[in-house]
Amino acid sequence: MARMDLISFKGLRLDGRRANELRQIRCKMGVFSQPDGSAYLEQGNTKVLAAVYGPHEIRGSRSKALHDKALVNCQYSMATFSTGERKRRPRGDRKSQEMSMHLRQAFQAAIRVEVYPRSQIDIFVEVLQADGGNYCACVNAATLALVDAGIPMTEYVVACTASLANGDVPLVDVSNLEENSGGPNLTVAALPLSGQVALMEMSQRFHLDHLPKVVECALQGCRDIHQILDQAVRRHTEMSGSALGWGNRAQVDL
Amino acid sequence: MWTTKTFLKKRKGSVLKIVREHYLRDDIWCGSDICTICAHQNEELVLEKNPQPKNKKFPFPHYIVLDTCVVLNQINVLEEDALCNVIVVQTVLEEVKHRSSSVYKRLLDIVGNPNRKFYVFVNEHHKDTYVEREPGEKVNDRNDRAIRVSVAWYESHLMSSQADRRKRDRVKVILLTDDVDSKQKAENEGLHVATISDYVRNVEDCPGLEDRLSQHNTTYELQAGGREPLFPAHFTPSQIHQGIKSGKLLQGSFLASRENFLEGQVNVEGQDKMILVQGRVGLNRAVDGDIVAVKLLPEEEWSVPSHMVLQDEGDDSEDVLEEENAILKSKDERVAKLPTGHIVGIIRRKWRQYCGILQKNPIEGSVRHIFVPAERKVPKVRIETQQADILSSQRIIVTIDSWPRNSRYPLGHFVRALGTIGDKDTENEVLLLEHDVPHSKFSEAVLSCLPKLPWVITEKDVQSRVDLRHVDICSVDPPGCTDIDDALHCKELENGNYDVGVHIADVSHFIRPGTAIDKEAALRATTVYLVDKRIDMVPELLSSNLCSLRGNEERFAFSCIWELTSEAEIVSTRFCKSIIRSRQAMTYEEAQIKIDDLTQNDTLSKSLRGLNSLAKILKKRRIENGALVLASPEIRFQVDSETQDPIEVEAKKLRETNSMVEEFMLLANIYVAIKILEDFPECAMLRRHPKLPVSNFEPFIKAGRNLGFEINSESGKALALSLDNAVRPDNAYFNTMLRILATRCMMQAVYFASGMVQRDEFFHYGLAAPVYTHFTSPIRRYADVIVHRLLAVSIGADVTYPDLLDKRKSHSLCHNLNYRNRMAQYAGRASVALHTHLFFRGKVQDEQGYVLCVRKNALQILIPKYGLEGTLYVSPHKGAKQNVTFVYSEEVLYHIHL
Repeated sequence: MARMDLISFKGLRLDGRRANELRQIRCKMGVFSQPDGSAYLEQGNTKVLAAVYGPHEIRGSRSKALHDKALVNCQYSMATFSTGERKRRPRGDRKSQEMSMHLRQAFQAAIRVEVYPRSQIDIFVEVLQADGGNYCACVNAATLALVDAGIPMTEYVVACTASLANGDVPLVDVSNLEENSGGPNLTVAALPLSGQVALMEMSQRFHLDHLPKVVECALQGCRDIHQILDQAVRRHTEMSGSALGWGNRAQVDL
Repeated sequence: MWTTKTFLKKRKGSVLKIVREHYLRDDIWCGSDICTICAHQNEELVLEKNPQPKNKKFPFPHYIVLDTCVVLNQINVLEEDALCNVIVVQTVLEEVKHRSSSVYKRLLDIVGNPNRKFYVFVNEHHKDTYVEREPGEKVNDRNDRAIRVSVAWYESHLMSSQADRRKRDRVKVILLTDDVDSKQKAENEGLHVATISDYVRNVEDCPGLEDRLSQHNTTYELQAGGREPLFPAHFTPSQIHQGIKSGKLLQGSFLASRENFLEGQVNVEGQDKMILVQGRVGLNRAVDGDIVAVKLLPEEEWSVPSHMVLQDEGDDSEDVLEEENAILKSKDERVAKLPTGHIVGIIRRKWRQYCGILQKNPIEGSVRHIFVPAERKVPKVRIETQQADILSSQRIIVTIDSWPRNSRYPLGHFVRALGTIGDKDTENEVLLLEHDVPHSKFSEAVLSCLPKLPWVITEKDVQSRVDLRHVDICSVDPPGCTDIDDALHCKELENGNYDVGVHIADVSHFIRPGTAIDKEAALRATTVYLVDKRIDMVPELLSSNLCSLRGNEERFAFSCIWELTSEAEIVSTRFCKSIIRSRQAMTYEEAQIKIDDLTQNDTLSKSLRGLNSLAKILKKRRIENGALVLASPEIRFQVDSETQDPIEVEAKKLRETNSMVEEFMLLANIYVAIKILEDFPECAMLRRHPKLPVSNFEPFIKAGRNLGFEINSESGKALALSLDNAVRPDNAYFNTMLRILATRCMMQAVYFASGMVQRDEFFHYGLAAPVYTHFTSPIRRYADVIVHRLLAVSIGADVTYPDLLDKRKSHSLCHNLNYRNRMAQYAGRASVALHTHLFFRGKVQDEQGYVLCVRKNALQILIPKYGLEGTLYVSPHKGAKQNVTFVYSEEVLYHIHL
């Protein structure tokens, strides 16, 4: 197997980024009116929609209800047109189930579930276009949707991937091309302000010598993404606030 | 920080559409010292402020931009120091990388040299120089345009920084291209442009540069113009691609025959039989090593390998045709035919630089000459040089540039001279270069990794190791050996069992992973032994001092200790890092005397006797299991201590002690292999010896049958047995010869990473061992160093590092080790052959020889006393008178006396 150099000796990656640079992130909150909260997020060519319903009464069998906290229900699905080859089964396959579980794990750590006993919060994410880091994009989009829905969280949940190029340079925010041709990948979902890690997953084994720097690289990525998301949330609040007449900037603009 | 443009790149391969991001940046600098705009870091200022104009055609200061073809074809010129201040744009770099990895590597070496002032400009990600492919535009045209855009950008970019300079002092940018179309377009766009030959011819004070120009573009016209092309045209790449896809053509690597220049074989992956190619048309300009496309002929046209030994004697005339017809006609119906084919295209050339000599053109003053390579598999090369008079007495290096259809020989150019022909240093140099043996001096970085002298054993070392200094250990090696990497001991225990230890130099203690010395050793892979010279894998301080287990010196060792019963059954095994003090470093002969002399009853003699008796049992058991005893003609030279010329040649003697040491080394290797495979099922470095399909033994079995011996090659054991039985009372050497032939039928043993090969292929056929590795010679083999590290981890004496556990990395390392080992072996043999020739220079001697092989027009002769193998032509040369009558008969193996 011929391997590409993931990073040239000039320090540029295949798509022209440097090792510590994220892909371009664009996002929008409140894209749908039916759900309680929604968001659209692009991370490079990975594009994701998230919708949040709740908190509401438990749907389906009552036995699932938890008496002291809310049930977080996540569903991950990939559009049939999201990958190069058309997908047969958009949701419910092993991969999606695993992703759903991981999403739930990450959000259970951040949502203040004890505020809503005996109720349920639904998070639906749909990958519209997959180009690496699908899970991360989903987590980030779902965070925005949760904020949009006004569900209390201790902190943003932000996820980022990292990998290792040429055996020693950590790469942040790995694209699909790099995922396929490179070595092991690390996915971290973190609460960046407190520095807590909600979920960490590796696609292969890392050598112990490498792990600390890759984790640090992923966490730095999380912190950077956090800033971007935070700005987006503030901008969105200003926008929607100005419509109600209480946005500061908007008044000056007027 | 970066511009936020996203480009979509659509690549419609078969069905897949691939969309990739492509970021364009505004922080890519031009790398010039003149520039006042870019925010350079200091080390990025590669290009000089005032480049010296040294060109008659372009008498103003300038930078050079190269295009892809120039780099690919003229890398030899670029490697000369004459060209400086060169901009290599990324488009070119990428293209070069795709087209030829060797040129790419060489280009990177040049770029890495700060004196050369080569700057790589990442134009593909620069916001002003990125060029999108237009609809209908070919990739090549787009790339050429991208290069031109970069040149134009540089021109205007630099201009804005040097507006205050006088006009003739302003630095310009010149594009060097050989592409006519691109040159025309560049001229139209108002750029400075030249062809490389035009530029190089006008370079001042650098004679000889012109000779190095590749002959790629010069169309070769023959004296008698308008002659028919000698070779059929190659298929186009797309034709080849389609042919291979549809199965009409086969892809494989071409192996030229050493004996017959008009014959070769193509090794197609996935097929166990090689495809035979014959004749000039069949070979169609393939050179040994090339990846080619072959078209298989219908079965009725299949042929057999000719039994002719044929060297290219011709000097550019047409007489080959006759010989060729003779070969093709003389098909023997009785012999099994091989799949035969024609080479129809070359997929990738594997041309490298070749050593050889110049054959001067008989016409005085002509610049065209013929180059005769040292490697017989390689065709002669036509070169042009002005310096023929000087070069004709020298060994020179030449590369091949092209092979047009109407030229009998490929066209090439002179690279450099090595020295006078026949001079021993020159010949050694040739030998090392031809076998790609890295033999430069160790760099400063490597030497700085060495431990400081005086080297002392610290308290900490003692604590972390088992102290075996009280044990009576000794080493047994050939005379004159300074890199002693193994030592032994044997002690009788109270319960009647033996405590036996093999102690191996602890090289991995000194060579830490990832250091410069480690990288260098991994590259060299093995110590190369020439007759008068040793090319070390690690610097001498380690190889002959600190690691070498010298007599009466305290040294670190990696020990493998067994408890054996007197029947040599193993009771227990343990491994440890230790400190030892060898009591004596003996030669095989000394050890043998100690064993045989029963009056000596000191502990060393006793332990040697114990080892010897155990070894005999071990050997017997091993051979019963089907291990093979093979033979190769090995000789030793007595070398004159002053002139280093060989004065006496003798075949190597084998004593009991040789096999004693060997037996325990095998035992250690096997037990280490078992241990590391258990602990590292994915990444253990092992050694295997693949079993061959029976078909490879066919000619050998046939030869045996003609002589009245049935050879059974079904299993190792059967083969060993039938070899043992094949003895002729009237000819003592006969059995050895059979073994030599059997060895030639076999594949070579190779290193591999355990995770990359199926479990049932681990078997070592020659030794009849289920798993095997190399553990016992870390001073001279890199594989052993890796095995030491693995074993150290599995006994908890050391920690892992990432590359050790990466099976892909191990795999590529194994690849290099196998290659270097093979080359080292060939180099060693070539050195022996060279010295044999030196020995016989000006000597005539009568010796007994044996016929190894009978060809139609020649005999392969082996002279066992000198291990010399040669070809004896029996059919007359052109013009010579035939004085021996020779009737070829396939079924007879002659024995003649010379």
